Amino acid sequence: MSAVTTPVLDMRARFYADLGPLLDAHPDVDVVLAVIGSGQMAPVTARHPGRVIDVGIREQAMIGVAGGLALAGRRPIVHTYAPFLVERPYEQLKLDLGHQDVGAVLVSIGSSFDASAEGRTHQAPADVALVSALPGWTVHVPGHADEVTALLQAEAATDRRVYLRLSRQRNAQPQPTDGRVHLVRDVASGLDGAGHAPLVLAVGPMLDTVLAASADLPVRVAYTATPHPLDAETLRALAGPQPVLTVVEPYLEGTSAAAVAAALADRPARVQHVGVPRDVELRRYGTPRDHAAAHGLDAAGVRRRIAALLDPP
Amino acid sequence: MTTTPLAPETLEHLVARVTGDEKHDASAHSTLDVVRVLYDRVLRVDPDRPDDPHRDRFLLSKGHGPASTYAVLAAHGFFPAAWLDDVAARDSPLGHHPDRVLVPGIEIGSGSLGHGLPLAVGTALGLRGRSPGRVVVLVGDAELDEGSNAEAIQIAARLGLGNLTCVVVDNHSDSHGWPGGIAARFAVEGWTTTDVDTRSDDRLATALRRTEPDRPTAVVVDTTRRGARPAAEMTA
Repeated sequence: MSAVTTPVLDMRARFYADLGPLLDAHPDVDVVLAVIGSGQMAPVTARHPGRVIDVGIREQAMIGVAGGLALAGRRPIVHTYAPFLVERPYEQLKLDLGHQDVGAVLVSIGSSFDASAEGRTHQAPADVALVSALPGWTVHVPGHADEVTALLQAEAATDRRVYLRLSRQRNAQPQPTDGRVHLVRDVASGLDGAGHAPLVLAVGPMLDTVLAASADLPVRVAYTATPHPLDAETLRALAGPQPVLTVVEPYLEGTSAAAVAAALADRPARVQHVGVPRDVELRRYGTPRDHAAAHGLDAAGVRRRIAALLDPP
Repeated sequence: MTTTPLAPETLEHLVARVTGDEKHDASAHSTLDVVRVLYDRVLRVDPDRPDDPHRDRFLLSKGHGPASTYAVLAAHGFFPAAWLDDVAARDSPLGHHPDRVLVPGIEIGSGSLGHGLPLAVGTALGLRGRSPGRVVVLVGDAELDEGSNAEAIQIAARLGLGNLTCVVVDNHSDSHGWPGGIAARFAVEGWTTTDVDTRSDDRLATALRRTEPDRPTAVVVDTTRRGARPAAEMTA
């Protein structure tokens, strides 16, 4: 055995690595799969017979089974690609979990355009909008594998309905996972903007892109790993009495618009939302980096949007 | 722990309080014999302890016909019979589709078809090895059209869920028929199946009590084969 353990930085690999200790620590936790992840979890399955349930390629049954497990007092963790976890069994999320008033932790991979080379069938940039349209859900969008570990451990001990969205994009440093909005970078000294300078809120893995995009702009940068429910209290305090705010999310543009509007309803605010465009299906393969650039979600694209709000034509 | 048997005519009266005397709710009535026999003779449930972790679970998947289940639960004391008189009123816990959060003894909220059987599979998995309780889910023959049931039928058998029973109330209302019969769909996947009708409570109870240790059981109840009950059962 090597004395030095290299931390797993890929979120998906971290999730699989975390599951063994998690099942040891939480006797009420079961894992429900639809093939995806089954191979990687074989050691966990062998160690905990009956507690990793692979239902085959049956995503409706996957969520229904999770709902039934929760009705029987279990704490299900459900995992597959985002489109097959959220979109295909969406009514099961609504009824088998929400309407039954039971919880589960849904852990997705393949966020937005992670699966750029796979095409539209494996992409679900509307996932957070869909989940947050249902009552009683918490949505975590971690930006670092350490955040994945912290969120998974915390939520295994609750009975809430949780969507934990893993991504191949990640930030260099972990941030807090307490559900709040945190100021990450104030206005650089020498730049104009004491007090309530314009604010950019980066969600999850967009943080490093936002930091790079705005390094020479007179804005403050805040972060949250939990866009839903949004920490309105901190957002209001940071945004100030006359907010100039850019929200940068790695999924469908404007997903948090209603929550932000509600938080700032009592003040004159200029707010723009940056994310995956709503109106066009990008019929291109290539890398996630290619897709980020095409969507305006690379540093250059995000910088253009932030700058445009600061200096309207 | 099974509660006191009920006279069928008392139940018919309770159902009528839900549906109205002049309105015949075929969907509710097709399930009445099954639900009555389940609560009279089969399920181990206690209205004073509706959350007992070791109770048997009855999941009404065919939620568009809840009147018979409401009537049976009221008759067994899960909630006051007065609740039956204003179903779907603003302040009534009872609606045209049942909500488990609002009604003691209702195990799942249902109405949209094809959700009960997958939920039952998960519940049976969660209880297996941890509770003596068994899970009985009631679906309709038309409800089986929903593909989610096919997923659940397959996986329940592969997982060897001996604590799961699926009752298919067959009133021949499905749109395109089931060539070879409904039971065959379960049997080919590894379920133990029984075909029965509603003319004999004894035969129905026997079918509903049957379990196998290593596989789920399906009971297909043809509710269209009416006829005289055995005389000895008329007042049972």
